[in-house]
Amino acid sequence: MTTQPRIRMPKLAKKGEVILIRTLVSHVMESGQRKDASGKTIPRNIINRFSCTFNGRPVMACHIEPAIAANPYLEFAARVEESGTFQFTWAADDGAVISASEKITVR
Amino acid sequence: MAQLSRRDALWIAAGSALAVAGMPAPVAAKVTDAINAFTGGRVPEAGRITLDLAASVEDGNSVPLSVAVDSPMRPDDYVSEILVVADENPWPRVASFQFAPIAGKAAFSTRIRLTGNQNVIVLAKMSDGRIFTARQHIEVTIGACTT
Repeated sequence: MTTQPRIRMPKLAKKGEVILIRTLVSHVMESGQRKDASGKTIPRNIINRFSCTFNGRPVMACHIEPAIAANPYLEFAARVEESGTFQFTWAADDGAVISASEKITVR
Repeated sequence: MAQLSRRDALWIAAGSALAVAGMPAPVAAKVTDAINAFTGGRVPEAGRITLDLAASVEDGNSVPLSVAVDSPMRPDDYVSEILVVADENPWPRVASFQFAPIAGKAAFSTRIRLTGNQNVIVLAKMSDGRIFTARQHIEVTIGACTT
C-alpha cells in the first residue's frame, strides 16, 4: 500500500538560504467516516503525524487529521546554514512508519 | 410515493427542520473546542496570515490550501504553530503545524478534504504568545465522500 515517498528539494544551497521542500507519500488516508457495502464503518487509517529534522534538529512537524487528502502532499521551507541531512518521517494509525532522507550541500 | 395526510406532511417537515437545526450543534462545539484549545483563551488578532484557497471548487476530495504567516523566523520572534479548522467538516480539525525558527518561513501548502460549503479558519501562534487568525468561505460543489 505504501511506496517510497517522493521528495523534491535542491541538492545545493548557499549558506543561510531558505529552500523549498515538497513531499508526497502514497496513502489512502481512510477517514473513518465511510461505510462499506454492508453498512459497516471502515476503520480509520490515516497518516497522523509527519516530521522533518535537519541534522537531528526539528524543522517542521504536523499533526494530521482525516481532512488531509489521500496521498498527503506537504510543502514547506527550511533555512540551511550548513551541509547535512534532512530526515522525513510519516506515521500512520496502523503503526506503519515511512521514512526518507535527503542530503544537501551548503557552500 | 403513497399519499400523505396534511398532518403527516407537517410532522415530516418538522422532523427534517429539527434534523437540520440539530446537525450543526455538535460540529460547532468541536470547532469552538479546537480553537479554544489552541488559543488558550487569548483573543486572536487579524493580520499577518496569507490564506491561499479557492473561493469555489468542484471536488472537495482534494482542495489546494496554502498558508503563509509574516514572521522573521528568528529564535526571539517566530511562528511556533499554525492550526487549520474547517467549520462544517464532521471532524473540523484539519491539521496543526509546529515550526522551529530554522524553518525560515512559517508557511506550508497541502491538499485538504471539505464535505461542503464552509469556512476554513487558520490560527497562528507567535513565540511571544500572540495569536493571529484569518478565515475564508469556500463553495464546494461535490463534497468529500463520507459514505
